[in-house]
Amino acid sequence: MSTAVQDNRLAVLDHSRLRAKANSKGEGRGHISVRNLHIEFDHQGGKRAAVQDAQLDIRPGEFVCLLGPSGCGKSTLLNAMAGFVSPTRGELTIDGKGVDAPSPDRGMVFQQHSLFPWKTVRDNVAFGPLMAGASRNEACSVARTFLSLVGLAAFEDAYPGTLSGGMQQRVGIARALANYPSVLLMDEPFGALDAQTRIMMQENLLEIWREFRNTVVFVTHDIDEAVFLSDRIVVMSASPGRIIADIRVTLPRPREQALLTSPEFMDYKRQCLELIRQETLRAFQQQNGGH
Amino acid sequence: MSVKPNPVFDPATPAPAITVAPALEVAAAPSPSAEPDSPAANRPWRRMPAMTGRYLVRVAALLMALVIWHFAASSGFNFFINFENVPTPLLVGEALVSQLSSSEFYLHIVHSMERIAIAYAYAVVLGVLAGVMMGRSRWAEDIILPYIELFRPIPAVAWIPLAILMLPTEQSSIVFITFLGAFFPIVLNTVHGVEQTPDVLVRAARSLGASKRAILWHVVIPGAMPSIVAGLAIGMGVAWFSLLAGEIISGQYGIGYFTWTSYTLVKYPEIIIGMLTIGGLGTLCTLLVRKACAPLLHWQAKGGRP
Repeated sequence: MSTAVQDNRLAVLDHSRLRAKANSKGEGRGHISVRNLHIEFDHQGGKRAAVQDAQLDIRPGEFVCLLGPSGCGKSTLLNAMAGFVSPTRGELTIDGKGVDAPSPDRGMVFQQHSLFPWKTVRDNVAFGPLMAGASRNEACSVARTFLSLVGLAAFEDAYPGTLSGGMQQRVGIARALANYPSVLLMDEPFGALDAQTRIMMQENLLEIWREFRNTVVFVTHDIDEAVFLSDRIVVMSASPGRIIADIRVTLPRPREQALLTSPEFMDYKRQCLELIRQETLRAFQQQNGGH
Repeated sequence: MSVKPNPVFDPATPAPAITVAPALEVAAAPSPSAEPDSPAANRPWRRMPAMTGRYLVRVAALLMALVIWHFAASSGFNFFINFENVPTPLLVGEALVSQLSSSEFYLHIVHSMERIAIAYAYAVVLGVLAGVMMGRSRWAEDIILPYIELFRPIPAVAWIPLAILMLPTEQSSIVFITFLGAFFPIVLNTVHGVEQTPDVLVRAARSLGASKRAILWHVVIPGAMPSIVAGLAIGMGVAWFSLLAGEIISGQYGIGYFTWTSYTLVKYPEIIIGMLTIGGLGTLCTLLVRKACAPLLHWQAKGGRP
């Protein structure tokens, strides 16, 4: 992929808005702080902890993956950051402010089927800017910019139902980014895609992020995906959801597919596999003991 | 602003999938009817005869009923079902010609159509409004739902005495009864549609900064639209159903009145004309509703389901 093409592609972004995310001290926005966080749900008459005693500090511009088996509360933690779920106890702040409701400054990309099927691809992406008070023309022009960024400019008039799963997810990413959020929250966004598409989506995401440099919290249960994408992998254990490891990934960027077979990559993968395996075994034993 | 798309994702260059098509065509050539991979929609010249063929079958089915009716009526068939007093299709046709040339017949139709229009307009506005409120607010649902559950099973005919007692004019009683018929399917389908709003879409809208009102307008109502439109079409059918009940008992004009007086005046061919007119007008109105609502469901026609 030639850098000339990419630069051209990214040149259309509103760089003043990208820079505006850094405050006067030169620190970027998008600092997520989680202290003693508990999230409980009502479950069969009682309470069930989805997230237990989580401590996490995510620096501005960091790419963090929340990795863990299904049902470990990683999505719940992400939903709390988005403002969809209120914590039972503890503190969750973003740039010093408590999170109590969703905000366009925290873009959300869902696993699938989250586009408005009755809106065209362009209108889906234009929705955020429109809600922020942009005129219809401005919103559409922002939408076109972001659709070009994900390579779907030609599909602006299509309805989401006519697109493949991967294309729909790219629209979803464009839609979340169209508000220039300081935090991008992604809930297994590539989980429903086939392996080939997934790799391309990951590369594409990293390219976009290199330009945006916003904080990304990315939930996945795919170890390869976590190692390939992130600066840090936060490993969570199943029921109750606890953070059991925080692995810093120092693989060089930009990262491309060839990295997936390098020995360094394998080391990280082995480390994560071992942690996840122990946890899964423990969960199995718990389940068996329970019967 | 010139933008070059990412070559990896560039959709402008179609993948080799295209080359598969001719191969399929060759393979399927000996039996053109068996082509599961090439949708008929791409080939209007092949779809046309298939559809006209089906329409021919439908017309033939109706014609067959006419023939059976003719022989049963002219031979005076009487075994459990009695055709002795039923006029033959030819007699009905003659009566229809004379009715079509009398202005009174059209007056009946105009009166019925007017009642339908007024009653249906109220039903659409109140039904959709109540449905959206019930679907969105627990309070509204708890207050309105008991009434709906209680009144819905009461047939239109059962409302006639009370409607006559309570409402000032005969016209308003008939319109009220017609309204009731249309209202229930509309309100229930709207509630159903609104409650089916996928949670992920509401969350997506909220994370994009949408207000409650914007969510209602951009997410809930468009999402409920297929169900609302279904309710509108059913409501139109039931409106005709109820209108007839109202017109049979009271009124001076109207196609229901026409049908019932024909019976009391022993004008049997006119009964059948009345019935067929009701059927025809009801179908036509339902079709109009569907056509009028089609632009609202444009996205579904374009394969918009996620």
